[in-house]
Amino acid sequence: MSYRVHVRVMPRASLLDPQGQAVEHALSALGFGEAGGVRVGRAIELEVAAASQAEAEARVRQMCDKLLANPVTEDYLLQVEGA
Amino acid sequence: MLNVAVVRFPGSNCDFDSLRAAEQVGTNAYLVWHRDASLRGADVVILPGGFSYGDYLRSGAIARFSPIMQAVQRHAAEGGPVLGICNGFQILCEAHLLPGALMRNAGLSFVSKPVDVVVERADTVFTSAYAEGARLRLPVAHGDGRFVAAEDTLRMLEAEGRVVLRYEPASEASPFQPNPNGSANHIAGISNAAGTVVGIMPHPERVAESLLGAPDGLGFFTSLAAWEPRASTPNVPSR
Repeated sequence: MSYRVHVRVMPRASLLDPQGQAVEHALSALGFGEAGGVRVGRAIELEVAAASQAEAEARVRQMCDKLLANPVTEDYLLQVEGA
Repeated sequence: MLNVAVVRFPGSNCDFDSLRAAEQVGTNAYLVWHRDASLRGADVVILPGGFSYGDYLRSGAIARFSPIMQAVQRHAAEGGPVLGICNGFQILCEAHLLPGALMRNAGLSFVSKPVDVVVERADTVFTSAYAEGARLRLPVAHGDGRFVAAEDTLRMLEAEGRVVLRYEPASEASPFQPNPNGSANHIAGISNAAGTVVGIMPHPERVAESLLGAPDGLGFFTSLAAWEPRASTPNVPSR
């Protein structure tokens, strides 16, 4: 089976996110003063061949822990879709 | 003669500067390609500055898995000295040879200018030629230089005296903006507990000869040249 996996990597909430702040300022300058709490992260999509959805998720967790996210500075979320 | 391997990754751009600085202090310095498996009997390893793999994903995140990094991990585990400069520091953190991480500069801009730093630890392989408390003016050139670490990691680094370089607070004698990137505790460089693995954001190899002004960075290289490998360290060339 092939599974499509969406990985969302975000800077840890406790850390300064200068990109998010810059985007928030830009939104405010454009008249979107109601926007707040802007944070900028990264989305990664991949296809994974695995015997089951659980196996696909477990493998992508390993990929995240090893490469896709930095455990010192980032948190990640996974969403697995059957192909 | 001391063997110094300068690792070249795709995107390294301070490899020749580092090589030249190491040669100038009388070592046998040579380049090692990132796909090589052997450090060819290196006594000391330098991971130079640059933009390995285009800084894709995170700075240093992909270089960390280069074949040569397995040899660097073994070298470090056996007590062999490793100096990571700028991108090299980022790679050392990604490889977990040093704690913490280097994130986007707080001001978002790429910062390229001289900064004043204080040598806080002069008993590492790479800082022994300096006096503790020495003030150096070294160039920085980075976009991802903001050192961050968990609170307990920062406390450990401070308690164990593992901050090697710290950005000096602004003063009349030090007109440059202090802490150019928002680093925690104004940290510009750290070491492992043994003082054998050192990562720094400033570029000493760019100010290692008097032709380029005050050679404040030369001490990193005279320090490593003075290092004596322990008799027990395996040092068998495997060309």
